[in-house]
Amino acid sequence: MAEPRPVLEMTGIVKEFPGVRALSDVDFRLFPGEIHALMGENGAGKSTLIKVLTGVYSLDGGTITLDGTAVRIGSPLEAQQAGISTVYQEVNLCPNLSVAENIFIGREPTRGGRIQWKRLRRRAAELVDRLGLDIDVSAPLSSYPLAVQQLVAIVRSLGTGEGAGGGEGPGTKVLILDEPTSSLDRDEVLRLFALMRRLRDEGVAILFVSHFLDQIYEVCDRMTVLRNGTLVGEHLVRDLDQVGLVQLMLGKAMGQLDELHEHQLHSGAGETLLQADGLGRTGGIAPFDLEIKKGEVIGLAGLLGSGRTELARLLFGADQPDSGKVTIGGEQVSMSAPNDAIDAGVAFCSENRKSEGLVPELTVRENIILALQASRGWTRPIPAAQRDELVAKYIKALDIRPADPEARVGRLSGGNQQKVLLARWLITSPKLLILDEPTRGIDIGAKAEIQKLVVSLSEDGMSVLYIAAELEEVLRLSHTIGVLRDRRLVARIANGPEITTSRILETIASGEHQ
Amino acid sequence: MSATTQSPTASGSRTPSTAGRLLGDRRLPVAVTALLFLVMYGVGLSRYQNYGFGEPQVFLNLFIDNGYLLVAAVGVTFVILSGGIDLSVGSMIGFTTMFTAWLVERQGLPIVVVIPMALAVGAFGGFLMGYVIHNFEIQPFIVTLAGLFLFRGLCLVISKESISIGDASVSSMAQAQVSLGMGFLSIGAIVSLVVLAVAFYVLHYTRFGRRVYAIGGNEQSAMLMGLPQGGTKIAVYTVSGFCSALAGLLFTLYIQSGDPLHATGMELDAIAAVVIGGTLLTGGSGYVLGTLFGVLVLGLIKSIIQFEGTLSSWWTKIATGVLLCAFILVQRFMTTRKKT
Repeated sequence: MAEPRPVLEMTGIVKEFPGVRALSDVDFRLFPGEIHALMGENGAGKSTLIKVLTGVYSLDGGTITLDGTAVRIGSPLEAQQAGISTVYQEVNLCPNLSVAENIFIGREPTRGGRIQWKRLRRRAAELVDRLGLDIDVSAPLSSYPLAVQQLVAIVRSLGTGEGAGGGEGPGTKVLILDEPTSSLDRDEVLRLFALMRRLRDEGVAILFVSHFLDQIYEVCDRMTVLRNGTLVGEHLVRDLDQVGLVQLMLGKAMGQLDELHEHQLHSGAGETLLQADGLGRTGGIAPFDLEIKKGEVIGLAGLLGSGRTELARLLFGADQPDSGKVTIGGEQVSMSAPNDAIDAGVAFCSENRKSEGLVPELTVRENIILALQASRGWTRPIPAAQRDELVAKYIKALDIRPADPEARVGRLSGGNQQKVLLARWLITSPKLLILDEPTRGIDIGAKAEIQKLVVSLSEDGMSVLYIAAELEEVLRLSHTIGVLRDRRLVARIANGPEITTSRILETIASGEHQ
Repeated sequence: MSATTQSPTASGSRTPSTAGRLLGDRRLPVAVTALLFLVMYGVGLSRYQNYGFGEPQVFLNLFIDNGYLLVAAVGVTFVILSGGIDLSVGSMIGFTTMFTAWLVERQGLPIVVVIPMALAVGAFGGFLMGYVIHNFEIQPFIVTLAGLFLFRGLCLVISKESISIGDASVSSMAQAQVSLGMGFLSIGAIVSLVVLAVAFYVLHYTRFGRRVYAIGGNEQSAMLMGLPQGGTKIAVYTVSGFCSALAGLLFTLYIQSGDPLHATGMELDAIAAVVIGGTLLTGGSGYVLGTLFGVLVLGLIKSIIQFEGTLSSWWTKIATGVLLCAFILVQRFMTTRKKT
């Protein structure tokens, strides 16, 4: 690719927060017609750089040049007017308004102060058509799934350059996509990528942030790697393989992940721990049989909404089954409430660690101790010395950072929050640990640590039910893979060298295991 | 068809059935309230036809007797649509009656001068509350509760006793009848209908109106979409203050006196009318037309109880309470359905 003049150049960017230098002397450039990945671990400065660029944060040093002229960006609105649009991880649109209105609100076509609804809808439909999307623009946004809402957010950000009177303004030159794929399933991601490629071919410069390395390699042309607020390097994606990238991001040779590849899947020949017979719930998941052996890691594979979480919730008693029974360690357990499951030695780490797991206002120590205290009952407090010892042990074992039991959990990074949640359940020494998307939204280093932990727990005889969106992850860790499709457990596959992600994908797609 | 159907993962919940779509339609609550009104009117007709319930004037009286409430409720609709609440409405109405009566009777100012003054005071009061709510990021509930006490207190500063208005131009205005052939409307009723029409236009055909909906739908998103949410919020409370003052003027005309205890608790009637009219208390969804039907339903309850003759007027409150409860349950049902 011949290198034309970059549409955006950031040089010597410095951003300081009290006590922290979030960005020091970072250079970044973006070329028209390319998809550029911004890579780095959590806390490397990706979000800060984006927020500086979009005017959410002010600059403490350095210059931003857009199309050859130096610019000052003071607010998100100014960024939009300059042609820099952003789509955030959470869809920031109004679900109560129609698709067309979401695309145009704030710059509706008006005549004499009166909104021209017909024109608005027609132009929204044109815009949607031009991008090859099939969306009814007069339907309310809330009637579409998250993925389509995400696409609408992109359509909106593209239209921001257009003037209110209908004249074409500068248009979007730079499109920033901040973790747009974190809650999409595979099909939805593909649609997003199709749109991104289309825009790239139209000459838009796209800045793409994602935790999924495969996605970066699938769609990006170039990448910039940050570490600890400094620039590590800029590379063409085709010149740098995944191992090299991970090493750049972590700043050290990456033995951890390889180690996991080597991990010997010992045969899950232990005794049966949990046996579910015909367990099911109308509207949740069709009746299924599942046997979990002692020390076995069972991975659940399936698309978003295929019933992975519903299955786990049934095993934990968070939802009540309509049919079937559960036997744990030979005894039948009535799963009418999570307490029954906890008593039987089942622990459940929810996928929504913020809303269903941690209490952000409490400290690390309090969060870790919560489940153990609950199982003892409030009349028998855990002695302070024993408590502190336990907490210190798990902070060390899981490498929770900062290693301060008094730190507020809400201030921790996503990966560390996940570890706190894990520690809470590990402390109760469960027989079966259910992990629902434990690695979502956390950086690659923490991800590897959590996966390693799962392996060592299973070697110690704990059974683990592991749910993850990434098939590689499931494949790497599990002894047995349960495949879900349309809220039905369609296959159980014993893991082995001949099992590949494409085999599992086929099973998901066809609904049967060959 | 919608794009979602192409995805192989699309299950039934993603492509709503016809029934689901109907239930999800935001206009449904308005239709339900309108239907309720018609049913109640029909029941009234069948029960009290011999007592003249079928006279067109009985229907028109709903507007005459509730015009002030309609205006106040329209103001509250703006606030609730934006996701806020305004508790100062009743006090503002009471204050306006005192302020107007005092200026006209005690100071001898002509009513045409007093009207713009009263409206300006109301709008300014609303502006102040909106300013505090936005700039200091305080719950609207608390700020407008402070407004409730403040304006009620100011009534008593003007006078502890009620001031009746004997001014000739006021009485002629109050008694003016605009003939419609089959009956007549008062000036107050006509003003309230004009306010309704203007509010409808503003909410659906101006950028300001759409911003009100956007902020009520998701304030955080509205900000990130580059909408001036601060100005919109302040404007919403200013509109509500203005409407309260206008409602106060109509109430003064209707009752021809100022009294420090006028319209006590009317903010709750207004909120009830808005909610019965199908506007979600969480904001972002609702129509002023629904508010009209909400006010009419409340007015009709009063009329029916009057026609019944034997029932105490407190039954109005009981019926309102039951309706409100029912409608909030319906709203709850609809919003939970939407999520699944």
